[in-house]
Amino acid sequence: MTKEQNRIMAKPKVATTSLAGCFGCHMSILDIDERILQLIELIEFDKSPINDIKEFTGECLVGIVEGGCANEENVRVLQDFRKHCKILISLGDCAINGGLPAMRNTIPLKECLDEAYLNGPSVYNPSGQIPNDPEIPLLLDKVYPCHEVVKMDYHLPGCPPSADTIWQTLVALLTDAPLELPYELIKYD
Amino acid sequence: MSENTITFEIDGVEVQGIAGQTIMAAADAVGIYIPRLCAFEGLPPFGSCRICTVKVNGRFQSACTQPIAEGIMVENDTEELLELRRNLVDMLFVEGNHFCMFCEKSGNCELQALAYRFGIAAPKYPYMFPADRNVDATHKDIFIDHNRCVLCARCIRASHDLDGKNVFQFVGRGPQKRIAVNSTAKLVGTDIDVTDQAVAVCPVGAILKKRVGYTIPVGQRKYDHEPIGSDIEANKQ
Ligand code: SF4
Ligand code: SF4
Ligand code: FES
Repeated sequence: MTKEQNRIMAKPKVATTSLAGCFGCHMSILDIDERILQLIELIEFDKSPINDIKEFTGECLVGIVEGGCANEENVRVLQDFRKHCKILISLGDCAINGGLPAMRNTIPLKECLDEAYLNGPSVYNPSGQIPNDPEIPLLLDKVYPCHEVVKMDYHLPGCPPSADTIWQTLVALLTDAPLELPYELIKYD
Repeated sequence: MSENTITFEIDGVEVQGIAGQTIMAAADAVGIYIPRLCAFEGLPPFGSCRICTVKVNGRFQSACTQPIAEGIMVENDTEELLELRRNLVDMLFVEGNHFCMFCEKSGNCELQALAYRFGIAAPKYPYMFPADRNVDATHKDIFIDHNRCVLCARCIRASHDLDGKNVFQFVGRGPQKRIAVNSTAKLVGTDIDVTDQAVAVCPVGAILKKRVGYTIPVGQRKYDHEPIGSDIEANKQ
């Protein structure tokens, strides 16, 4: 193996996913702009919507999770991430506290479904059916923050967290440096 | 030095205050910030949030109510107290429904600013997502969102002491404790006015003025760049 191949082989892998999120946090990852070239020097992406790899190809150093758990599929994906990633990061407010989807947590699930499919002012649903196909992941009773489902190692708040927050955290993690985020980089909005 | 001068220590540093001052007021005067939530300059101390907890000669006291005394040793900026204050802020976040990402107070909120100052990335307690907190938007200029109320009683004190009214009161006990308005017809039935101090002093997004939300751009809000307490620390001697 050449030295170059060796270096590539040794690159740690990073996986990312968006559960009950809006992909805004992923947009913020892309907002690191040209630094993504530096990032690619440091890591290789495994399962992620960024490269469209659907299944894990092996063990990853870091898993970045956007969004909380709103349905059973979110839970399965999150558990899969826990299994394959050494370090799991909750990226953004939805992963940390459920975020906007968690607004339904104060309303009984049946009321939410009735409003969405039966009673809402713009609903046209003559059959009166609430979708219940086995293909559709079942909704959970409420939206759960990731750390209430599996152990999360780090939390990066923000809606979304800024690209600088993400960048500085990843670089610190990947280079084994202590992470000291300046005041301006921990924000909840 | 007058005979009213009292000499004591905060974190091993000798400071002087005036007899009758609280620990918080004396610390403020010399540029030492003691974190706080229910305390508000110009309102009588209330001592309910305990964010301002310090140790006085080894015992926990609330700095906003405890008067200074000659020779006392006050601990303020210690890991133990920071941890305690962090836990209190964490509890306040999970006890209510705090969705900062769309809250009109975000960036200007004292609870959020405390969490920022303490470097809290996520609360350590499970979220409660209480379902019994309503919004009273009956008044034409003001609304109350009980999801975000931290029960600091600033509105009660300001309405009574500064506005000369009696718009707010606590009802219930323990976890059921709530802010209520002095009218069966909700906020619209009270004599509250949008210019009342009771509206201005709410530290969080619980009492808000209508039609002025989100007017200050992100980056120019009160706590976007400087941590809460920086104004006090700027006077450090
Ligand atoms: S009141 Fe403060 S802490 Fe609560 S949601 Fe609004 S900004 Fe966040
Ligand atoms: S409404 Fe605001 S000022 Fe009144 S008790 Fe609640 S948080 Fe404090
Ligand atoms: S600020 Fe002292 S108890 Fe709230």
